[in-house]
Amino acid sequence: MLNSHDILETINMIDNENLDVRTITMGISLLDCIDPDANRACDKIYDKICRYAQNLVKTGEDISKEYGIPIINKRISVTPISMIAGANPGVNPVRFALALDRAAQTVGVNFIGGYSALVHKGFSPGDYALIESIPEALSRTEFVCSSVNIGSTKAGINMDAVAKMGGIVNRVAEATADRDCIGAAKLVVFCNAPEDNPFMAGAFHGTGEPDCEINVGVSGPGVVRAALAKAGDCDITAIADIIKKTAFKVTRMGQLVAQEASRRLCVPFGIVDLSLAPTPAIGDSVAYILEEMGLECCGAHGTTAALALLNDAVKKGGVMASSHVGGLSGAFIPVTEDAGMIHAAQCGALTLTKLEAMTAVCSVGLDMIVIPGDTPSEVISAIIADEAAIGMVNSKTTAVRVIPAIGKKVGEELNFGGLLGGGPVMEINRYSPAKFIHRGGRIPAPMQSLKN
Amino acid sequence: MRAVITVIGKDTVGILAKVSTVCAENGVNVMDVTQSILQGMFAMIMMVDISGCTVPFSELSDKLTDLGDSMGLRIHVMHEDIFNSMHRI
Repeated sequence: MLNSHDILETINMIDNENLDVRTITMGISLLDCIDPDANRACDKIYDKICRYAQNLVKTGEDISKEYGIPIINKRISVTPISMIAGANPGVNPVRFALALDRAAQTVGVNFIGGYSALVHKGFSPGDYALIESIPEALSRTEFVCSSVNIGSTKAGINMDAVAKMGGIVNRVAEATADRDCIGAAKLVVFCNAPEDNPFMAGAFHGTGEPDCEINVGVSGPGVVRAALAKAGDCDITAIADIIKKTAFKVTRMGQLVAQEASRRLCVPFGIVDLSLAPTPAIGDSVAYILEEMGLECCGAHGTTAALALLNDAVKKGGVMASSHVGGLSGAFIPVTEDAGMIHAAQCGALTLTKLEAMTAVCSVGLDMIVIPGDTPSEVISAIIADEAAIGMVNSKTTAVRVIPAIGKKVGEELNFGGLLGGGPVMEINRYSPAKFIHRGGRIPAPMQSLKN
Repeated sequence: MRAVITVIGKDTVGILAKVSTVCAENGVNVMDVTQSILQGMFAMIMMVDISGCTVPFSELSDKLTDLGDSMGLRIHVMHEDIFNSMHRI
């Protein structure tokens, strides 16, 4: 039988500790929409998304009401568009982005991901055209998110793509400079991109996935922090144990929502993503968890160790709570989306170099970091290369989502509002990596043995 | 199908009566009630059967939320599965 303590604990998590399901994301394959006529392909895409996802938002809202669990976002991920648009050489792929945007608007989701290309070993003409079109696509659409996979543990790193993406990130920021450069917040450059990730902006529906599926991303940094605060002075073993137990509860809720959404929409359940995803709301911060563990400020020495502990314990607790786990699954550290990180960046405790170290032990990478607007493209490419190298060597997903703040300098701020938050322009290393980046070629895939 | 109604807030006269009235008016059968004072706050938990509920669940939820707002209380009605899945292995 249920006891009142358990019931009140759940209510308290929701009312006071920002417990929520971050996203229900419907993955839809568009492979059957490929058509030699681009207009017809776009019509097929629009129709298929609208047909499959017509009840997604309503179902999410119904489940949210019945179970009393806030479900913040309903989203869609689709097959990387470079594979679809590749059948229409000579056609501007932005046409496909506009079709996705219209479909997202019709079904009422807040983001649609998959304006993507996978080029970890090389470009096809379709990939190249899509990457070239990203600045225009992100400036002309509202809901579309884009991602490019430029490396993997099995393939190495495509340095031509890395060199290209630095320039693309800058051009996206310039194209949306009138809207706080928000386009760059919707573009992720990946190494080892997962095919079933429900979180934006990096979500796309991989080719190994079924025709349609439901993936759910849970959240709950506030709940973890509150549980640690209640525990008071205990040793690190106990801290790990508390995080595991809390992650279990949070993930069970996500599993329930995923199963229910899958049943009601008659779509197979894919995975639950065990990520601790912060929001700018006070109390919903991953940085505050690290500070609760005993750091004066996130970014202090010890942050990487604390984050490694957190990330591992979240997975251990979550894995048992869900039948299928996937996606990114780990603690996120998006600077502008986390009140504690914003504070740490503002006071100078958290720097880009520390963030890079942190990404070696958690998902997902250098995320939502505002950099000076005059940053050379080669420097952005080099940031991407460093981050991809961490992912490639450690067999994990890493990503870069930096926002060049056009016309702004270190110390000034960008403000996106909503879940994307806002934050200060952070200092970057000014020495030039230009020659290294312009060499092109590929970094060979790393050794999988002789690990040291 | 069973649901859990929780009422949290400052203790006042007539909470049980008013919540029960909303239940009765909508065909919801109250199966069990416990109440306690938790950290100085009044907390009531009702286990109810909603299989005979005459309105959609979301409407029942809205009615109870409105009642809560009018009395300065937080009232939630949630499907019992959420608690079972979170607190039972």
